[in-house]
Amino acid sequence: MEVYSLKTIEDLKRLRDQVQAETRVRHESSKQIIVGMGTCGIAAGARDVMSAILDEIAKRKLEDITVRQTGCIGMCEKEVLVDIVLPGKPRITYGRVTAADVPKIIVEHVINGNLIKEMVVGKITE
Amino acid sequence: MEHYRAHVLICAGTGCISSGSKKVEAALRDQIAQKGLEKEVKIVETGCHGFCEMGPLVIIYPEGVFYVRVQETDVAEIVEEHLYKGRIVERLLFKEHGSLEGIPSYKDIDFYKKQMRMVLGNCGHLDPEEINEYIAVGGYEALGKVLTTMKPQDVIDEVKKAGLRGRGGGGFPTGMKWGFTRNAAGEKKYVVCNADEGDPGAFMDRSVLEGDPHRVLEGMAVCAYAVGADEGYIYVRAEYPLAIKRLRIAIKQAEELGLIGDGIFGTDFNFHVKIKEGAGAFVCGEETALIASIEGQRGVPRSRPPFPAISGLWGKPTNINNVETFANVPQIITKGADWYASIGTERSKGTKVFALTGKINHTGLAEVPMGITMREIIFDIGGGIQGGKKFKAVQIGGPSGGCLPEQHLDLSVDYDSLLQVGAMMGSGGLVVMDESTCMVDISKFFLTFTQAESCGKCTPCREGTKRMLEILTRITEGQGKEGDIELLEVLAKNIKQTALCGLGQTAPNPVLSTLRYFRDEYEAHIKEKRCPAGACAGLAQYNITEACKGCGLCKKACPVNAISGETKAVHQIDQDKCIKCGACMAKCPFKAITKG
Repeated sequence: MEVYSLKTIEDLKRLRDQVQAETRVRHESSKQIIVGMGTCGIAAGARDVMSAILDEIAKRKLEDITVRQTGCIGMCEKEVLVDIVLPGKPRITYGRVTAADVPKIIVEHVINGNLIKEMVVGKITE
Repeated sequence: MEHYRAHVLICAGTGCISSGSKKVEAALRDQIAQKGLEKEVKIVETGCHGFCEMGPLVIIYPEGVFYVRVQETDVAEIVEEHLYKGRIVERLLFKEHGSLEGIPSYKDIDFYKKQMRMVLGNCGHLDPEEINEYIAVGGYEALGKVLTTMKPQDVIDEVKKAGLRGRGGGGFPTGMKWGFTRNAAGEKKYVVCNADEGDPGAFMDRSVLEGDPHRVLEGMAVCAYAVGADEGYIYVRAEYPLAIKRLRIAIKQAEELGLIGDGIFGTDFNFHVKIKEGAGAFVCGEETALIASIEGQRGVPRSRPPFPAISGLWGKPTNINNVETFANVPQIITKGADWYASIGTERSKGTKVFALTGKINHTGLAEVPMGITMREIIFDIGGGIQGGKKFKAVQIGGPSGGCLPEQHLDLSVDYDSLLQVGAMMGSGGLVVMDESTCMVDISKFFLTFTQAESCGKCTPCREGTKRMLEILTRITEGQGKEGDIELLEVLAKNIKQTALCGLGQTAPNPVLSTLRYFRDEYEAHIKEKRCPAGACAGLAQYNITEACKGCGLCKKACPVNAISGETKAVHQIDQDKCIKCGACMAKCPFKAITKG
């Protein structure tokens, strides 16, 4: 990051907002993306999906979002499974996700809030 | 920009470094690279979390999982299971004493539950070598607020209203002290941060400097504005190399951003900070000795008045506060005096950091609100006494303080109630003692320390503590005489009243408070030549009881052939030959040998 002198308290607050993104992972965020990382998930290509998700988040400079892993939930046939949790909405599980599907899921679901119906394999209302 | 989905916080405080956190960190970097996770997992070195007993500590976000006693050999499993697959490594979680269930989040651990971490709030949660992490949690906003919206006198009034008192030992009201320096005549004034932490067992200042150095710098800058100073010194002992390194980095980064320097935040306020490394003399924690040391003279105290607020460093008005005191300042400014004053007791506000050491299960740092009981600190936070032994006393306030016996465990911990029972807050060192600790021996230990650290300038301290130590040594070696206790009391009283500085004035405290609560132990040493705790080697006596089966193991174990007896008959120890090594007691399968 470029180093510059803070001339006013507004400069300090602007820098604060900017650097908060760097430590946001240590605080609760409202949105979650959860990737199935059981042996079945990994065998089906979960690592590539994970990398694609992180790339997409970085590219779009998304904030307030947590990426986590989970284990096998028994639906091994449908791996790679990716869950999206948005505040106040049911947890949606997408199946047979590939790295190529990731931009669509992020744009359509995470950003715009629209389900991609043909890929949904489950819905959990908590 | 890369998006890190996980942050691995590894404690790089002195405690965890000594238990191997640097090796763990190297292994983590290695394993993470091997798995190709370096672009998605960030490793952050933090300051001390306070739970040093359980180090090296590793916290993994976003889950906030708290791993304890992590060794190099555990790293591969953490990376494979947790970071790669998202599964918590159960066996590395903290378990409460006697429980088999691992606790994933540190917030649910008893050690942290009763704490109120304000001064230590950032320690362990941010990278102390990265100013942006401090700014991300609102750092330097207190400085911005005072410079742009408050007059210096307003700042002093706010600190007064908050009720902040000096955390270095004396407990003098901080706002009042600032007022003295502000009102002192003179253009040039100084602010000094006393980081010459020297009490045996105290390490809270070191941890704050290592874990959150910017908080201290910000507190100093606010103070400088309030008292009208433009230059500050941090007097830190050279034995704290990591604290010094992180302070240097912090000062440099703050200078680069213009948070320290000339015309801060576009105002006409200038502030520059220098570090002075102390050579490790305990007496330099005394403010006039500290000033002499910065000036390049011998670190010896001078008589006061004039106080440093009137004539301090280079003869100019100087405000000196302790590390923890400065670290309290930013939050008073940002959250307000009323908020701060709502924490604690009527005359002791806010929190205090205590260093838990001695025979306690959870050695470490704990920050608690004033007014909490000692029982809560030792048993709820500290996890009680090691090895299931019985609590005997706690030494509070280091070599200047006193001990508290069991009957005072429910006392409110604040400046005034501690003084009433013969102890003092001091810098906040707590040395916990169990039933096997001899109170005469412990007062000898503390007096040995103050005696060695006495600078020798004034006679009461130089000669008086020496004589007291001679008497104590004599008592612990079984050579105590009638009248020794009375002589100790007379010497103690005279030294307290006539010594030049705080070191001498408080040096007799451990002796006086142990005499107050454990006089019978002194008497047993002198009259019966017996150490009730069995700690004084010169007085220990091993005896074989009727439980002896005559197996002869002790006889074989004794290196000086002091044990005799027929097989299958009760054996005896020749006390003249016995060297009190305890080998017989360790060998006896029937617990037939007693020590007392």
